[in-house]
Amino acid sequence: MSGNSIRDTFFEECEELLEALVEGLALMEESPDDTEVVNAVFRSVHSIKGGAGAFALTRLVNFAHTFETVMDKVRDRELSVDEKLIGLFHRSGDMLNDLVASARDETDLDESAETTLIKELEDYLGPEAVEEEFSFEAMTLDIGGPPPLGLDLPEDLADGERLFRITFRPRKSLYENGHEPLLIFDALAELGQLKSTVDLSDLPEFDAFDPSDSVLSWALELTTAEPETTLHEVFEFVEGLCDLEIAVDADAAPSVLAAPNALPPLQDPEPTAKKPEAAASSKAAEVGKPASSAAAQSKESRGPKPTLRVDLDRVDRLINTVGELIINQAMISQRIEELDLPTVAHLTNELEAYKLLARDIQEGVMAIRAQPVKPLFQRMSRIVREASDATGKKSKLVTVGDSTEVDKTVIERLADPLTHMVRNAVDHGLESPADRAAAGKDATGTIRLSASHRSGSVFIEIADDGAGLNRERILAKAVEKGLVAADAELSEPEIDNLLFLPGFSTAGQVSNLSGRGVGMDVVKNAVQALGGRVSISSTPGKGTTFTIVLPLTLAVMDGFVIAVADQTMVIPIASILETIRPSARDIHIIGTDSEVVSVRGSYVPIVDVAQSLGLADKPERAQTGILLLVSTETNGLTALRVSSIHDQRQVVIKSLESNYTAIPGVSAATILGDGKIALILDPEELIRLGHITGTDLMAQQSRMELRHG
Amino acid sequence: MTTKVLAIDDSRTIRNLLRVSLEGAGFEFHSAEDGQEGVEVFPDVDPDVVITDINMPRMDGFGVIESLRSGPNKTNVPILVLTTESSDDLKSRARESGATGWIVKPFDDASLVSVLKRLTGHVG
Repeated sequence: MSGNSIRDTFFEECEELLEALVEGLALMEESPDDTEVVNAVFRSVHSIKGGAGAFALTRLVNFAHTFETVMDKVRDRELSVDEKLIGLFHRSGDMLNDLVASARDETDLDESAETTLIKELEDYLGPEAVEEEFSFEAMTLDIGGPPPLGLDLPEDLADGERLFRITFRPRKSLYENGHEPLLIFDALAELGQLKSTVDLSDLPEFDAFDPSDSVLSWALELTTAEPETTLHEVFEFVEGLCDLEIAVDADAAPSVLAAPNALPPLQDPEPTAKKPEAAASSKAAEVGKPASSAAAQSKESRGPKPTLRVDLDRVDRLINTVGELIINQAMISQRIEELDLPTVAHLTNELEAYKLLARDIQEGVMAIRAQPVKPLFQRMSRIVREASDATGKKSKLVTVGDSTEVDKTVIERLADPLTHMVRNAVDHGLESPADRAAAGKDATGTIRLSASHRSGSVFIEIADDGAGLNRERILAKAVEKGLVAADAELSEPEIDNLLFLPGFSTAGQVSNLSGRGVGMDVVKNAVQALGGRVSISSTPGKGTTFTIVLPLTLAVMDGFVIAVADQTMVIPIASILETIRPSARDIHIIGTDSEVVSVRGSYVPIVDVAQSLGLADKPERAQTGILLLVSTETNGLTALRVSSIHDQRQVVIKSLESNYTAIPGVSAATILGDGKIALILDPEELIRLGHITGTDLMAQQSRMELRHG
Repeated sequence: MTTKVLAIDDSRTIRNLLRVSLEGAGFEFHSAEDGQEGVEVFPDVDPDVVITDINMPRMDGFGVIESLRSGPNKTNVPILVLTTESSDDLKSRARESGATGWIVKPFDDASLVSVLKRLTGHVG
């Protein structure tokens, strides 16, 4: 393992520790008295400090140290956790995050915020503790050498050789602590000439001999040029476990130490009085653990599960291969079908099993890429905090279902849109504390982030309990910006969806928070690029909820194999609400060219897929074809007309852009069972294209008001 | 005979650093991710020397030392405490629990190896 990869491991570990820290702080807020929680938080900071020290990341070490010292006071119950302190811890966690990132990326980080935080942290510490911090840096190179014992060694002593007379009498505890006198003598012998005489006078009679007792002592004579401190270094670990006298013979200098307990004097006698007790109680607690009680079991299950770190490339190669396997399976199935063999029941069963196995493998492989959304959600707590600070609002983040697993790429690509939406939720969604109080609400607003799996999709909701969307203002703004006609009558959901139009911004004044040139249209595009969709629902006075629906995986999807103008294509099943085989009387022509179909009393515009794709000049008329009802964010309910539906199957998504080029209306391609390539359609884009090439249904906003009659 | 080291530390970074240092110096390296695991694997690994962190989940370093010194697998092997703090308080506590010595993080390879040699009489 090279130095660099150890460094990488460190930063990876830091990320995990920082996540644990955020999580721990959230728990601490809920139950400030839970020692386990405080310990875990302390450990996160402590481990970062420990690792950072190894890479000489001084700033990180110093900050972590100050942070940790305050945390330690909480652990020792010298400080109690209140809102202010938790806030400081959160900000310190953020700072730690920034420091780690700046160390990792070797970028500069402004010191002012750090200095302020350190000062704030130090305010919680007494003046002595602050001094302690200064000595820390000096300590970083200490590998266990003894603290200077106040010896004032004249310079010239180091030159000449001197004779040290050492009396060394180990106590029983020396052996119990794993020491071996011979090794100590070896070390001394390395310093100069050693003569040792063993004192056997305490050796008992053979019958009374207890091998675990310490009965030997030694008189040692060491002639060396080394200073006395070096000798003490050799004895460092055993000081206190033996009676030790070191006397200098060659010089008039008197023996400085007659030290059975040669620990340096403690500054403050109080901790000694306290700590052994703590040691004893921790001993009782820890030793009790191995007992196979239920409590111990449950403790154990909290330990880390064994994991395996694998290069992401390997997983992706495997996913690709499994994709090929699924295609291959489809091909074999199709070939066998084409053979039209008589009674091949066995074969059919085996084939079915093969299909299921292939699917299992695929799901298993995708599960490797799946990660819980927790780290992503946790990062949002910082966004909420910062946004609250910047806007003077009070808010808290609640997360639900953060163990929900989502494809790694999805999580990565979701970070930006989610950040933006969370920021928006605080900035635009929540009211000021005063307004909230006036409305009879808790002054602290709640941002609720939740994730769940539902019917093969991932649902992520960002909800605030603010005032809800101001639809009047949104509509006025849209009209002002020329996004909709002044006389347009829009339904509430349609107004809400205006937010997703490019260039839309509701903020009367562009705040420095949300108004960073990123609109909801960017969010929507990012989500759509992941094959997902985003929708809004809002209740005046109660709040607004954004829902993002994402596919579970980016590699495989369930699709309808359809025919469009004699071509075979695939359309994602997830986007289709229902399929309709319309009768002629359900279809109506509006204006010159546009068609609508009546579905349970309301009219739904029809978009002809062949025409949208430019495969046909004129739409297939009237009763021919099948309509696929899809719901889109910008256009509401729309019916896509295709010639027929062949099949429903799982298809492997092959990027078109990376192999060919982007085609409007087409999101990707796949290989079918017969080995042919089929394009995968993008319904939303098709509808947009339909409006451009065919009739301009957007202009006919009145369609929703039509009543069947 | 190669000297077997059992390193107990919850930090992957530190475990890696120790592994690189010690394997490089010819030691046989084993590790555990927390005190509990360390105590559990101790009989199987049967190390010549143990290096343990103090602050760990489930069982801390003091717990490790105490159970190795007095538990069912009572042992006299040297136990080194690896710690970021070098306070005397900590040292005396460690010694009271039965620690043989201590190394202050960050450690450098040479010192670590020399301390191990001092405790085991072997280099690697």
